[in-house]
Amino acid sequence: MSESAEIALHQRAGVAASRGARLLPYALSLPALLVCIGILIPFGTAAWYSLQRYNLAMPFTRGFIGWSGYLDVLSDPDFWNTVEVSAIYTLATVVLELLLGLGIALLLRERTRLNNIVSIALLLPLMTAPAIAALMWKLMTNPGFGVLSWIVGAFGLTNFKWASDPNTAMLTVVLVDIWVYTPFMMILLLAGLRSLPTQPFEAARLDGVPGRFVFFRITLPMLMPYIVTATLFRLLDSIQQFDIIYAMTQGGPGDSLMVFQVRAYLEFFQYTNVGRSAVLMMILWAITYALSNVFVKQWLKLRERSHGAQ
Amino acid sequence: MARSDVRAAGLPRFLRAFALVLVLIFFLFPIAWIFLMSFQSNEQILRIPPHLLFTPTLMNYRALISGKLITAAGSLDLPFMRNLGNSALLSAASVALSLLLGVPAAYAFARFRFRLGENIAFTLLSFRFAPPLLVLLPLSLYFQELGLANTYVGLIWVYQLICLPLILWIVRSYFEDLSPDVEYAYRVDGHSWWRAFTRIAIPLAGPGIAAAGLLAFIFAWNNFVFALILASADKQPVTVGALAFVTASGIQYGQIAAAIVLSILPTLALALYAQRWLVEGLSLGAVKG
Repeated sequence: MSESAEIALHQRAGVAASRGARLLPYALSLPALLVCIGILIPFGTAAWYSLQRYNLAMPFTRGFIGWSGYLDVLSDPDFWNTVEVSAIYTLATVVLELLLGLGIALLLRERTRLNNIVSIALLLPLMTAPAIAALMWKLMTNPGFGVLSWIVGAFGLTNFKWASDPNTAMLTVVLVDIWVYTPFMMILLLAGLRSLPTQPFEAARLDGVPGRFVFFRITLPMLMPYIVTATLFRLLDSIQQFDIIYAMTQGGPGDSLMVFQVRAYLEFFQYTNVGRSAVLMMILWAITYALSNVFVKQWLKLRERSHGAQ
Repeated sequence: MARSDVRAAGLPRFLRAFALVLVLIFFLFPIAWIFLMSFQSNEQILRIPPHLLFTPTLMNYRALISGKLITAAGSLDLPFMRNLGNSALLSAASVALSLLLGVPAAYAFARFRFRLGENIAFTLLSFRFAPPLLVLLPLSLYFQELGLANTYVGLIWVYQLICLPLILWIVRSYFEDLSPDVEYAYRVDGHSWWRAFTRIAIPLAGPGIAAAGLLAFIFAWNNFVFALILASADKQPVTVGALAFVTASGIQYGQIAAAIVLSILPTLALALYAQRWLVEGLSLGAVKG
């Protein structure tokens, strides 16, 4: 709704632009904001903790140390392991989910009865709690009786240890993430595909343009805003993944799955090192903040387009 | 057009059918397998190779519902039904509070251009993208001081982080899609904005509000990390309870499978019941805004 329409609504309805009318939108949105501010205070606290030496087990050593907490973390090889593990996890899940999601969306593009049933069935993994999904896969990959262990064993991989082996732990959690979140990509891309205008495709068909050309020169560019939005959404979630990894291995074996949030959690609860845990979270927040700025810009563009089209 | 596009892309019909079958197996097999497992005794589960044909037993569910697990080492208390109740209470109360707070705010953002409006809206949206532990870890210290640690009130408050942004953004876009003319006509008749809001705008945006509430309920139900940090055993929802259960009774695989089935059944049933709204809500929240 445009601004002038809103003003007109007030004037024609005989409502003077009184103080009450001007305050109304604030009154309506303030309760929501207030509830959230209570949750915002800890954000400031976390920033403050990150500049302190603060270990719950050693309260007497607590004190302001400025940036040196950050320097300590940045010079710690464990931190760079966390960066590497998080980067691999994020890239692997997002790229594979995008490719799979796009492929499945293309398969289901036509509005047939069968396609609709399949796309509803694919909602089920997405509606499963990620922590529970990890437990399901843990049961299926149990080295003793797990059905997946038995299946790969039948293919000759008799000693495949899934999440308990540092070499295959990443593969296992990425697989769970793909199982849960590919449907999300698929739903967004399918909605995008089905909303594309039909004329370019009809013209291409009449001209006998080959399918590969149609896909790369028409479908993909027109779908790009949806692809970018869905990818950024998943990127922001994936870099913060906690549930699947914590429920599966709690970051192990060794340090092989120590992503940001799992490490921060363990620093806090296992080593009671509040300061270091806060540093890790602030660094992750800076990364996600930068990414979400890109996201919001892209999303505003899309929003403008969809509203402009009406 | 879609038909020719896909066919021209070089996928014959049988290949597409084959691909669809593979997709369905990958995404549905885990649920089906755990479902079957929940009706097996431990001896049946441990058989190798796995058997597809077995005599189903209800003993796993009976143990969970009675809250007593009989093992070789003795009897063990299972608070799983309590976890299930906690999940229902926490999700329902959080969504109710979110709707109460979020629907008026969404209306304000959709109908009024006001100073700070977009800023407030984006602040609320940004909660969707902040790492939860950043807030939760200091909050766990505050909650201890405030006496909110391990209380339903504290948890429901924190659950607003998940529910409120979702409801705000989906409902806002529904309000924006409604023409203000109807409300205008109603107000020309001399009704207040409040009556226009409650008698006209809310009923018209009803499907959107329902979709947003449903999605928020499912996300709240599926949340893990909030309760992991802020609640102890008696207040924990199923997501945390199931993990604790695995740690406590490591080898009772049948009961674990049954617990998993009971934890995911409510959200899966809701999803199937309301799938059209759900897809719309997901796409709206993400793409259209």
